[in-house]
Amino acid sequence: MASADQRTAPRPGPRPTPPAHAQATVGQAAADRPGAAVERGEPMTGAQSLVRSLEAAQVEVVFGIPGGAILPAYDPLLDSASVRHVLVRHEQGAGHAAQGYAQATGRVGVCMATSGPGATNLVTAIADAHMDSVPMVAITGQVSSAAIGTDAFQEADIVGMTMPVTKHNFLVTDPDDIPRTIAEAFHIASTGRPGPVLVDVSKDALQARTTFLWPASLDLPGYRPTTTPHRRQVREAARLLAAAERPVLYVGGGVLKAHAADELAELVELSGAPVVTTLMARGALPDSHPSHLGMPGMHGTVAAVTALQKADLLVALGARFDDRVTGKLSSFAPDAAVIHADVDPAEIGKNRVVDVPIVGDAREVLAELVPALRAEHADGHRADLTTWWRQLDQLRRTYPLGYAEAEDGSLAPQQVITRLGEIAGPEAIYVSGVGQHQMWAAQFIGYERPGSWINSGGLGTMGFAVPAAMGAKVGDPDRVVWAVDGDGCFQMTNQELATCALNGIPIKVAVINNSSLGMVRQWQTLFYEGRYSNTDLHTGSAVAMGQRIPDFVKLAEAYGCVGLRCERPEDLDATIEAAMAVTDRPVVVDFVVHRDAMVWPMVAAGVSNDEIQYARGVSPEWDRDEETSTEDDAAPTPTGAGVAHEGEGQR
Amino acid sequence: MTLLQPAQQVGRTPTTRHTLSVLVQDVPGVLARVAGLFSRRGFNIVSLAVGPTEQVGVSRMTVVVDVESLPLEQVVKQLNKLVNVLKIVELDAGAAVQRELLLVKVRADATTRAQVLDVVQLFRAHVVDVAPEALTIETTGEPDKIAALLRMLEPFGVRELVQSGQVALARGSRAMTDRAADRPLRSA
Repeated sequence: MASADQRTAPRPGPRPTPPAHAQATVGQAAADRPGAAVERGEPMTGAQSLVRSLEAAQVEVVFGIPGGAILPAYDPLLDSASVRHVLVRHEQGAGHAAQGYAQATGRVGVCMATSGPGATNLVTAIADAHMDSVPMVAITGQVSSAAIGTDAFQEADIVGMTMPVTKHNFLVTDPDDIPRTIAEAFHIASTGRPGPVLVDVSKDALQARTTFLWPASLDLPGYRPTTTPHRRQVREAARLLAAAERPVLYVGGGVLKAHAADELAELVELSGAPVVTTLMARGALPDSHPSHLGMPGMHGTVAAVTALQKADLLVALGARFDDRVTGKLSSFAPDAAVIHADVDPAEIGKNRVVDVPIVGDAREVLAELVPALRAEHADGHRADLTTWWRQLDQLRRTYPLGYAEAEDGSLAPQQVITRLGEIAGPEAIYVSGVGQHQMWAAQFIGYERPGSWINSGGLGTMGFAVPAAMGAKVGDPDRVVWAVDGDGCFQMTNQELATCALNGIPIKVAVINNSSLGMVRQWQTLFYEGRYSNTDLHTGSAVAMGQRIPDFVKLAEAYGCVGLRCERPEDLDATIEAAMAVTDRPVVVDFVVHRDAMVWPMVAAGVSNDEIQYARGVSPEWDRDEETSTEDDAAPTPTGAGVAHEGEGQR
Repeated sequence: MTLLQPAQQVGRTPTTRHTLSVLVQDVPGVLARVAGLFSRRGFNIVSLAVGPTEQVGVSRMTVVVDVESLPLEQVVKQLNKLVNVLKIVELDAGAAVQRELLLVKVRADATTRAQVLDVVQLFRAHVVDVAPEALTIETTGEPDKIAALLRMLEPFGVRELVQSGQVALARGSRAMTDRAADRPLRSA
């Protein structure tokens, strides 16, 4: 029942719901669905009503595991012609798969679990979706309503537990409420700022007789997301942007969620302003675009971090001034006025005082900002950015992303990821776990299109990659999907390789195996005098570490996947090509890499972004930069400017 | 009365007291959602009172919080994101009627009963129960009046007392519930 209109939308798929939905007055979301509200009051069980509701919500795939309380729902699911169920091996995998599916397609991801432990195993994925604003509906079974509150077998108050990590959640004990609740859940999950919604259904509600009636309209008087920006605010933003001499477009994940990449590109061309894309926004503007300075933040490029620090205007679009971007907040972008556009009013002014707040959907904001800026230009208001670009270009030239090849002839992890990105190309989808490999994948793969980068940003969930890649591949089966994973992450969720192998989901997994919890080890190297407490995982090469537990190649083979291993730079390309050639099964490549590689540049936690290190002990020479650039401007007091900046940095 | 401990008060400037009126859908769990949000975001609820309104299915919460103005704006925005929250208004103490209810059981035997009754009269309070050794007194009023009454009763011996959270209504003819069900405000 995946409808044609959803299918024909341009890649990477339609918005979480079609644009009309986002704007919908209450009820439209349900009313315009084909097949909806046609059959009136059809008698059936609550379980059948649940499955019919999922069909009416145009769900094409559910990731889940059955169990006692949800069992009634699995019986009619067997007969559903349009809803495919993918049986995962752990509920966390179901949740991350739904997230990966949602991010690859722009549609709502759906996962299902039973009560108690089934539901609690979903919590990590739900919290992850909440932090990264991923549209997801989680359906859980609950013990019978008479048993709720009695500590019954497999009872857990999942509604209470997930209240802080869902956009909204429901407990359904009356079977007549099932269709309306499911309709509301999908509407809430996909509109405004997207997020996870949990629907907990008691077993007796699933078993009881009811009538299925898909609601013609939704009654959510307390839920009216603002998507249309205030025109006067947009004009004010345009005025500031036209006048700014050192503007930066600070682009966050909201731009991708709003499918606003085209509108963003227009603004970039028109304004000529430099752009940074956060970890959640990689691909919103092609990395190859000359105005793109790369990723800001703790492991951002020197140019991106410095541009934000020295800017006189930040245009934040669907970004939330996360601590990993701002560093020490009080010294972040000290000279910048801030325009902050976000669909969630609570984000505006949360961390950083805002000069021009704009509440609205990023696409609508950009669509209005472009003509408003054009009008400013037409009126002759347009600052000269030449000096600003000269400064930034010099930073880019002086401090490009880079890495040292290993001295002992072993593989450098950055080299593996760079070649992987070059060989698999920009049309592939890259999904990562959390840690060093994630940062290298964000830095060294060139993202050219929206939806090509999926990762766990806000929550930082190790183990995200394999199940999320599985979900992405289900949602977008024609693309090559590479999970770039670490040896620590991979061991948290690799059981989903069985799901992939059995269900024809041929993902590719690159385990960047440094035989340790690499990012933690990096911090131990830098901040704990190299005392490596509990970070050695013994998964590395037999020669260096004496152990290989588990052997990832054998593990892959045990799961019905192709297992490959690469340990020398000279074998790198051939191994990647061999993995690319496998299309009928999942592939796992164990890239055994040099373990002392570190992620650079780096801003240590809690310090100012001014203290970015390009490499260990190497700080960019600000004073020289400023001298050079100010000499270019023939400004009289280069030293004074440098001192003032340092002073503010320590505020 | 402290219902919830603040999670982070370190380094904060002195706080001021604010009264929020929150219209909510009367559905299971709504109190937990609102109270949970305050504690999660590190706010100290001074008092909270909930009850039905003139509209079926709509409840009204009066939440008194000690907080700086900027974090208050943030918590109002977060509250507005709750799907069951319809509308939030901050009531200015000068432009609102604020009341608490007090029930207090005071020791009063034949020798002191007359003096206690004098106090009751002075404060226009009521005796709602009498026993040989005690009187139970009811009063409503602003927090200052309640505190003053308690100061006067304390010497006789307070056996036990209970206080409601504060409730409040804005002065004038306008009603917060006007069209709240079909046109919620996005900020206070």
